[in-house]
Amino acid sequence: MRYLPLSDADRGEMLARIGVDNIDALFADVPKDKLLTKPLDLPRHKSELEVERHLGRLAARNVPASSVPFFVGAGAYKHHVPASVDHLIQRSEFLTSYTPYQPEIAQGTLQYLFEFQTQVARLTGMDVANASMYDGSTGTGEAVLMAHRVTKRRKAVLSGGLHPHYADVVRTLSRMANDEVVSLAPDVRAKEDIFAAIDDATSCVVVQSPDVFGNLRDLRPIAEKAHAHGALLIAVFTEVMSLGLVTPPGEMGADIVVGEGQSIGNGLNFGGPYVGLFATRQQFVRQMPGRLCGETVDAEGRRGFVLTLSTREQHIRRDKATSNICTNSGLCCLAFTIHMTLLGEAGLTRLARVNHANAVKLADALDALPGVSVQTAGFFNEFTVKLPKAAAGVVEALAAKGVLAGVPVSRLLPGAGLDDLLLVASTEVNTDEDRAALVAGLKEML
Amino acid sequence: MLNRSGQIAGRSDDATSAGGGAHPTFTGNRALQQEEALLFEIGRRETTGIDIAEPEAFKPRLNGLERKGGVDIPGLSEPETMRHFVKLSQKNYGIDTGLFPLGSCTMKHNPRLNEKMARLPGFGDIHPLQPLSTVQGALALMEELSRWLLETTGMKAVALSPKAGAHGELAGMMAIKAAIDAKGEGATRRVVLVPDSAHGTNPATAALIGFQVKPVPARDDGWVHVEDVKALLGPDIAGIMLTNPNTCGLFEPQIVEIAAAIHEAGGYFYCDGANFNAIVGKARPGDLGVDAMHINLHKTFSTPHGGGGPGSGPVVLSGRLAAFAPVPYLKAEGEGLTLVEHDAAAAEGEAPFGRITAFHGQMGMYVRALSYMLSHGGDGIKQASEDAVLNANYVRACLSDLMSLPFGDKPCMHEALFDDAWLKGTGVTTLDFAKAMIDEGYHPMTVYFPLVVHGAMLVEPTESESKASLDLFIAALRDLAMAAKDGDATRFTGAPYHAPRRRLDETRAARSPVLTYRTPEPVREAAE
Repeated sequence: MRYLPLSDADRGEMLARIGVDNIDALFADVPKDKLLTKPLDLPRHKSELEVERHLGRLAARNVPASSVPFFVGAGAYKHHVPASVDHLIQRSEFLTSYTPYQPEIAQGTLQYLFEFQTQVARLTGMDVANASMYDGSTGTGEAVLMAHRVTKRRKAVLSGGLHPHYADVVRTLSRMANDEVVSLAPDVRAKEDIFAAIDDATSCVVVQSPDVFGNLRDLRPIAEKAHAHGALLIAVFTEVMSLGLVTPPGEMGADIVVGEGQSIGNGLNFGGPYVGLFATRQQFVRQMPGRLCGETVDAEGRRGFVLTLSTREQHIRRDKATSNICTNSGLCCLAFTIHMTLLGEAGLTRLARVNHANAVKLADALDALPGVSVQTAGFFNEFTVKLPKAAAGVVEALAAKGVLAGVPVSRLLPGAGLDDLLLVASTEVNTDEDRAALVAGLKEML
Repeated sequence: MLNRSGQIAGRSDDATSAGGGAHPTFTGNRALQQEEALLFEIGRRETTGIDIAEPEAFKPRLNGLERKGGVDIPGLSEPETMRHFVKLSQKNYGIDTGLFPLGSCTMKHNPRLNEKMARLPGFGDIHPLQPLSTVQGALALMEELSRWLLETTGMKAVALSPKAGAHGELAGMMAIKAAIDAKGEGATRRVVLVPDSAHGTNPATAALIGFQVKPVPARDDGWVHVEDVKALLGPDIAGIMLTNPNTCGLFEPQIVEIAAAIHEAGGYFYCDGANFNAIVGKARPGDLGVDAMHINLHKTFSTPHGGGGPGSGPVVLSGRLAAFAPVPYLKAEGEGLTLVEHDAAAAEGEAPFGRITAFHGQMGMYVRALSYMLSHGGDGIKQASEDAVLNANYVRACLSDLMSLPFGDKPCMHEALFDDAWLKGTGVTTLDFAKAMIDEGYHPMTVYFPLVVHGAMLVEPTESESKASLDLFIAALRDLAMAAKDGDATRFTGAPYHAPRRRLDETRAARSPVLTYRTPEPVREAAE
């Protein structure tokens, strides 16, 4: 077996050195009748070539985003990731290292985490960011728990524009922790009256922008209202690239900013691994979940980095920890940091403009189709269109023709009476031909 | 490279740190050991390493929310980016660098075939919300992985979506809570037993969803005793969270009796599967009475740790909990597969407790783990467990005359636990010993965990080490141990001497945390 270096001769010598006759003597504490005597019902080992063939066959049954005109978003976005990103994250010293608990031999990881935290703080307009969460949705759940710790209240108000899966994550966690959640109804035009839901028992208001329908939301009045009641504003995003072009939540009064960072540096991967971004104000830093990397000096006075404020964390505080998170999204942070470094402000803002321009172009083309109307007035790279029939069937039919048109709202919100709505995303990867294919396909269908 | 205080970063006049009387260098570099400034010190706001054309003129539709004042993130060209991150990588220790005996973390070889497979466009470039008709191969892969996980654990169902081990714990404990609520016992069954030796995530997870954590005290043999558990059982018991093999590296011999006692009391048995890698193919948690167990694909099934993630923590469930598995989950439909993505779509007899993440979990890790499983086969995964246990016992046997074993000279599983009794009077602590290992070219073992052992040193060599590699490691540790006993304390207390950094001041970092880079602004600072 190519991954196992010991030979049978080695094994024999080692058993002798240990002083036992056979390997099962080392498993003596396993109850006799529980030690497996027959092989498991699993195939025998395979060569590299055989594994490639087997998995290659499975992969070939899927339709990759880059092989078709592709407009699917709703929380994960198809962007171009530079070749150097994927090369660098596969450096052994990054790929095969552990959480940097021994900082003297983990300065590489620690320094990029420090750079990552700084990039995230600047992007979101906040003071501090942590070294990542699993993804945007679990980060949102953690943000709500953090708000409860800060305010010592236990009621969260969720905007109807929050991604329904994110809302489900928050509701599941809150139900289990016996915390209260008020969920506003989804509203494609973002006309919800969120102010009415905020009162003196409210711990936090959770608002996404761009929201799940694509609407860009002015968070300032919501922040004002929340703060007037002693509540926090949690600003959520699922498309981090929007921050290249749109007023950051930190400038609109958000207390915690949390979102999905997949768009920068990370592929679609059928939903994971992704990277949750989490930022807040300096005053709340000790209530934050997750790892934090901080600057310090070594015994010779040289600058270095360490994991810090770990008295918040589970390995020290156990049942009093701010979160149970341990492993996070290390390598995905690295991919984010590298891609962000390549972009810089100049590249990011231009890329964001291209995304927006492509979406505007597509929105105008779709809006011109008879029976189709764009529902979203202000958006970044994703918007909602209303179709004259159920969107799910249209998407399925277009998929059969080789166009992945978007996400039917009914996939996220079944039974909500929003079956004729379709979420459409357009990023820098879409060409004029892609857009033409979607427009033509829809026209034929309707 | 100048740092922000205007000094050459990394320059040191202490010749010892350069390894024996070397001259300090102008740059602070030492040949291949190179200093690297922060991105924010070397990047430029106008620079980008990405070529993309400005869009043609158009009217923005941003609802009046244009960002003003820029983003203030500097960029680098591609060659500069390569150098920046390659230099950073060279300050890291990884499995490919050398033996990585970090107990409980299972730093085994990460096969590159797995990386290649995860990057096939059919896996890496598909969207979680594409029509299911366009991702049937991905669903089939998830089903095949599930079959492996269920066969190796002997359990009834698996929830794949947890994003890491602690997230799997959370999912498992939520399933337990849901099962208790379904019986109408939610108000009374609130106590979860957690042994003192447990990973910190266990009590943190239980507390997160409102359980009251009650510790099971440690015994001096390193095992959890069924009578200690029974003494804590009552009508308020929700369950126990037990690691097996446990964090002392021992298989719990009374596990079957403990499971029976918990079940008898109306509770559930959560097993922390962090150490499952010792028993794959040898024993099945389902046969031992376990109700829920997460599996760290990044430990047992070799997906890379990546400097702290991403992980993946599928949780397997017994028949008593299977109905409560969270959405999404797989289901056969016609000739293909579908995903149940909403509670409301559950079939009769299914009662999903909700959703724990936006999408379907860590697909990238599923591919890597299945690639590992297929490569090993049923025969190879059993051999891997045996070799892991053999290697740990070999290290234990070869060091037990010099270093002290807290629970006597008995076989361990995949990791060997030492305490610091043997360092008494040497002036050397466990931490010092660990730092001296760095100078010898090794990543230290896990130290000060488990908490139940004084000055713990937990050594997990994994099955990836050859006998020659182990022999050298043992020889190095013996040399260090003898030096400590011979009074050569400075070799330890000042260590590491040869790493990219000497010992770092963690107290200072925590006292006044600097968590982001702030551009020096001398004028404003003076005015304050």
